[in-house]
Amino acid sequence: MTVTETPTRVATPSVVDGVGASAARPDGLPKVDGSFIYSSDEYHDGSLWGVTLRSPHPRARILGIDTSQAEGLDGVRCVLTHRDVPGSRTYGMKVYDQPVLAFDEVRYQGEPVAVVAATHPEIARRACGLIVVDYEELVPNTDPEMSLTGQVEGLFGGGLARHIRIRHGDVGAARAAADVVVEGRYELGTQDPAFLGPESGLAVPLGDGGVELYVSCQNLHLDQQQVADCLGLPLDKVRLVLSGVGGAFGGKEDLNVHIHACMLALRTARPVRMVYSREESFFGHVHRHPAIADIELGAARDGRLVFTRVRLVLDGGAYTSTSQVVIANGCYFAAGAYDVANVEIDGFATYTNNPPCGAMRGFGAVQSCYAIESAMDRLAAALDMHPLELRMRNAIGEGDLLPTGQPVDGPAPVQEILAYLRDLPLPPDADHAAADMRTRPGGVGNVTRGEGIRRGVGYALGMKAIGFSGGMDDTCTARVTVWIREGEPVAEVYCAGPELGQGVVTLEAQIARSELGVRTVELRDKDTDIEESGASSASRQSWMTAGAVVGACGLVRDEILARAGAFLGLPAGGLVLDGAEICDPDGRPLVSVADVLGPESVSHPFTYRHRPTEPVDPERGQGNAHIAFAYAAHRAVVDVDVELGLVRVVEMATAQDVGKAMNPAGVEGQIEGGTVQGLGLAVMEELQITGGRVRNPSFTDYLIPTMLDVPPMPMKIFEFPHPDSPYGLNGVGEPPNLSSTPAVVNALRNATGLELPRAPVRPSDLVVEPSVATGYA
Amino acid sequence: MKVNVTVNGVAHSVDHVWALESLLDFLRERVGLRGTKNACEQGECGSCSVYVDGVLVCSCLVAAVQVEGRSVVTVEGLASGGGVHPVQQAFLDAGAVQCGFCTPGMVVAAHCLLAGNPEPDDLTVREELSGNLCRCTGYQKILDAVNLAAERSGEAP
Repeated sequence: MTVTETPTRVATPSVVDGVGASAARPDGLPKVDGSFIYSSDEYHDGSLWGVTLRSPHPRARILGIDTSQAEGLDGVRCVLTHRDVPGSRTYGMKVYDQPVLAFDEVRYQGEPVAVVAATHPEIARRACGLIVVDYEELVPNTDPEMSLTGQVEGLFGGGLARHIRIRHGDVGAARAAADVVVEGRYELGTQDPAFLGPESGLAVPLGDGGVELYVSCQNLHLDQQQVADCLGLPLDKVRLVLSGVGGAFGGKEDLNVHIHACMLALRTARPVRMVYSREESFFGHVHRHPAIADIELGAARDGRLVFTRVRLVLDGGAYTSTSQVVIANGCYFAAGAYDVANVEIDGFATYTNNPPCGAMRGFGAVQSCYAIESAMDRLAAALDMHPLELRMRNAIGEGDLLPTGQPVDGPAPVQEILAYLRDLPLPPDADHAAADMRTRPGGVGNVTRGEGIRRGVGYALGMKAIGFSGGMDDTCTARVTVWIREGEPVAEVYCAGPELGQGVVTLEAQIARSELGVRTVELRDKDTDIEESGASSASRQSWMTAGAVVGACGLVRDEILARAGAFLGLPAGGLVLDGAEICDPDGRPLVSVADVLGPESVSHPFTYRHRPTEPVDPERGQGNAHIAFAYAAHRAVVDVDVELGLVRVVEMATAQDVGKAMNPAGVEGQIEGGTVQGLGLAVMEELQITGGRVRNPSFTDYLIPTMLDVPPMPMKIFEFPHPDSPYGLNGVGEPPNLSSTPAVVNALRNATGLELPRAPVRPSDLVVEPSVATGYA
Repeated sequence: MKVNVTVNGVAHSVDHVWALESLLDFLRERVGLRGTKNACEQGECGSCSVYVDGVLVCSCLVAAVQVEGRSVVTVEGLASGGGVHPVQQAFLDAGAVQCGFCTPGMVVAAHCLLAGNPEPDDLTVREELSGNLCRCTGYQKILDAVNLAAERSGEAP
């Protein structure tokens, strides 16, 4: 059953570009004509440039810093080190452990040590080269398995950031009774968010000793708190304004230029711009945690899962960021979207001297989905069962218990999602000899005419929680104001929820149109002058912002109707707001909104909260931690040249439940984009780190998919309304990123018969018969 | 050094240009046209795509002094007489814009592709635009946009 109706009251169903329409982006025009201002485009007369000096070592003690030569360079306005941090010398999203500027030790390659303000960025860079830092190099700790001991000197917590334990049922007894048991180790390399718009911003000092920061970020208010703490200023002296964000994907949840730019602006009493280069960007944000997962699955002969045992290790690198929450989320969904009664999960987040890892689209569930979906294919092979059949036989459904003991509530249309992939015809077999060379593995390299090419098909299924989990009181505030312009009501929506490209601004306007029937909606700049909206993360912003905007529109509508009732001498309860008119219940216009409001405006804020959740208990990991779940699955078709290890992904089919497609074109764009990021992680994207050093911090060496790497993506969007959300919507952004990677890797396994325990899969992993291909025995 | 260049039809004469200054920095910081984006500095991502004398280039790989006496067209100069160019309109209508950071370069590259090949097939679009990276869209709606622009151009009288 595909349900497309929304249960929520809509004031004027005939409204144009309301909820459910593929309405145009309000920021679309400036984005295509080049006039949109991103944080790297911010400009202020008389502004200086700020540049960061970063550690070349993954681990070293700082014995001294001499800035005198740098300060003497013509054009340099100031050089700041840890001694100049006015407030807290550390910051962090969950734990304040990351130095604003390193003060005792540097713990990863690229850690900021000093910042320079100068009249030209090149002068600032040269000044950085003149700063003499006396380092005593130390041996970096880069092995997460060592960190698990919690005994490693020089790492926080001895190396162990968090251990998550989930115990459900009786794995020991189930194991003894299982007909088939498979085990495997699966590894995932480090992925970079690789947003195109680099970290950047403009800090403007204010006359009252405060500062204004125009910046790209994912949570204005959490950033404001950290910046104020480190500047030693009260919150009302630090104002953040969201500048244009050129993508984020989790990588802009942690601070980047924020505090540095503000420190330089306050010290020089001049506006300061900072823009990271691509190379610096690779060191300036967190990455997706690399993972090692050991999985054991047991099943009855008929394919029913009887137990799942997972040990998941995520390396968080030098500082905490969100590691403690990422490992929790990874563990919550480590058993996949399956109904299994006996589960044992141990998850560990570690500290090392590798680059810090934190949030990235999928937030731990990408790693665990890759592992469990790899193991499911191994189990299918052991059972001699089709991998899709195995998944359908075990798919989780409404009312089933998660490993955390929480019953799955809300729609769980996993069978429908998988059935779409089962019933979708496969793409036709390729006639490689006759085909365009661009369709072959190796492409225009023209390395094969079809010899050595094998086709594979792979499936994967993923689920994760939507919104913040584990007892967090999550709020979002919006203010809606209506006034009359040239006889027509105009609505303004004001909400701080960051627009990263996902389209929440489009939804704000669509919702105001639907709820108030207005034609004209204006969106106010997003800043910290309004109450917080929380982060654009966890696929939560559409849900939370919609809740707040619907609520504020309702208060505005109620007041307009009350005023109209007083104006007309009628009870407000019998009146209906229909765009520019107040009507009776039969739709007959009684008076215009313009006549009721005159020159006055009606304005209300509304703070939305989702239902409360609870933390899981530390011993057995049990608890009702989540508000909602989302599901997606992929079927990947690949061609592999097994002599050269080259891959061409032929098709990526996907199905996902979104609750309500608030903006269908936007939903499709999220699913397509998420699918391709997963494809990248499967076959090409890895930040290569050896001895704590990043070997490929550039787009020449860190490859993300191009248009030619991306295949057609047939998709099915299901709309099973969620009972607790505005309009029945569900989060959309992360689920397509979960199952995409394992679907591709399972297809590669299917094509080659290789185990392929590690992703991204490299060409050398795929050469089936090296003796034939190379001539070496 | 002094550089004399026409940008989007307007003559500019700029003093004190650094020898190694890129055309990209020149356009953004000297001419004040910030629509052209910097995302990699290595010619890998195409975000800085512009025309120099009608040839599509990555402006991060061209020295500003190399455009002496030449004519540059940027994303801001694609549309003639106000409004947007049909390629830009197609990007809007196809939903090909998310964060939009790649969009200016993508639009210039798509404009160049369609100028030379008004009816490209999908594989040709994918190949021709493979020098322009996008991290948000998965490219499907960009492909749709180019096809839409081609289709509309074919329908035009």
